[in-house]
Amino acid sequence: MALPKIIGVETEYGVVLRGAPDPNPVLASSVLINAFVDRRKVGWDFDDEHPGHDARGFAREGAQPPDIETHLVNAVLTNGARYYVDHAHPEYSAPECSDALQCTMYDKAGERILARSMAAARNLIPQGQEVVTYKNNSDGKGNSYGCHENYLVDRATPFGSLVRHMTPFFVTRQIFCGAGKVGSENGAQRCDFQISQRADFFEEEVGLETTLKRPIINTRDEPHADPQKYRRLHVIVGDANLCEVSTFLKVGTTAIVLNMIEDDFFDREFVLTGPVPAMRSVSHDPTLRTVLGLADGTSATALELQWEYFRLARKYADERGHDASGGEAVGELVLTQWERVLTALESDPRQLDGVLDWVTKYQLLRNYVERDGLEWSDAKLALLDIQYHDVRPDKSIYEKLVRAGKIERLLDEDEVVVAMVEPPPTTRAYFRGKLLEKWPDSVVAANWDSVILDTGSDPLRRIPMMEPLRGTKIHTEALFRDCSTPRQLVEQLSS
Amino acid sequence: MPERERKQKPAPREREETVEEVSAPAKQGEKIKEELDDLLDEIDSVLETNAEEFVRSYVQKGGE
Repeated sequence: MALPKIIGVETEYGVVLRGAPDPNPVLASSVLINAFVDRRKVGWDFDDEHPGHDARGFAREGAQPPDIETHLVNAVLTNGARYYVDHAHPEYSAPECSDALQCTMYDKAGERILARSMAAARNLIPQGQEVVTYKNNSDGKGNSYGCHENYLVDRATPFGSLVRHMTPFFVTRQIFCGAGKVGSENGAQRCDFQISQRADFFEEEVGLETTLKRPIINTRDEPHADPQKYRRLHVIVGDANLCEVSTFLKVGTTAIVLNMIEDDFFDREFVLTGPVPAMRSVSHDPTLRTVLGLADGTSATALELQWEYFRLARKYADERGHDASGGEAVGELVLTQWERVLTALESDPRQLDGVLDWVTKYQLLRNYVERDGLEWSDAKLALLDIQYHDVRPDKSIYEKLVRAGKIERLLDEDEVVVAMVEPPPTTRAYFRGKLLEKWPDSVVAANWDSVILDTGSDPLRRIPMMEPLRGTKIHTEALFRDCSTPRQLVEQLSS
Repeated sequence: MPERERKQKPAPREREETVEEVSAPAKQGEKIKEELDDLLDEIDSVLETNAEEFVRSYVQKGGE
């Protein structure tokens, strides 16, 4: 039986400090987080961070948790998220979610948190300066920053099966979850417009790196949960999305495909002869006609391969249900939306203007090309590309399209606002978030799989949370209601 | 907003009946185009002022 897919999405935002004589992105990112976290910050506990552990069974020497400077600004939020400075970017790691729709909501809540941070940061920096963030993945000059997805996978599933079935899936899923980009970079062939922000940056099939020679399958083995039972598949090929349907399908379809691998449901495999060049060739062809070679001598387009995955997923759901895919309602919504976008991509992708990011951006840019007679190399198009992702509500082109009624939404905005502060009720993020809400001064540190409490007497108490599906609202609501101090809570937990 | 002033297509005079047939969708097409123009104008009004300078200076450090 496939494990219920717990999903978490982490997004590094592009950041600019405008009006500063010597703009420092680390400082700008720190200002944002400090501005948002107005109460006493709760630190992140790095004890369980092992980014050098490799899923293939070895640890890389010299791999360290993030730089010491980032310890300075590292906050845990009451919605269960982690908000911190990673390298030179503000990063929002959404809380663990139990279905694709919830995941989409907490990803969107992250955008609202960044927007509020930017507004609050105005009080912390000199007049005339402004911190601006962009939810994109590239500066168009060869520098990329990531939007990573994480999926809880059964440790018993052979890593090789994940590599075999996920590689062609990741190469082809960009046709619905790409965020679109003007031009190419990182030595890729020239093009006017491509489907994905990230495709140009993938140079290996499998590997541990995330910052150079990026692999399609990342082998980081750091489950943040019981390592005997679980693996966390760390997916680095995705783009950050603004369109809710794109985010929803990105995580929803990936979760179902992982479930099919865990349940050994594949009756055939699609081995690409060259997955790395295929990443680029799929991205570089908005007409979706590019044919990919398969190892059995046949060939298929990205769309045809996605239809194969879809058909198998439909059959899987009919036979096994949606228990591991976020339940009946969400699982069916994933399949309905998946089929609908593949059908539209096949007949005329323009039908998905306002539904998928790359189509929406491409259509907007084509309208400009036509109206203003622009060449694709015109700086105005590159500007529109970047500003589509501007997180400031009044400057974001995406938000402009939302307000004009041009974007199809899946979420209720009122619920998104609640998700900025309330944790998802269905995972351990609930316990983390509620502890912070109730006793912020007693939570000394927290990370994904534990919290450290100061109960007023030595020593500090560490509460392990190795099971992502424990510590939910159902498990702990009464505990929070009945305990009036953190000490009582610890006593209750250990009794 | 110079793009708002649209040139009127000269209306064909002969064959009244075909004009009858195409006029409804044509009108709708005009309306869509007008709406699109308004939207692009509105986007233009929030765009950063110097595109070339903005794009040149948008440089990020690699992340992840």
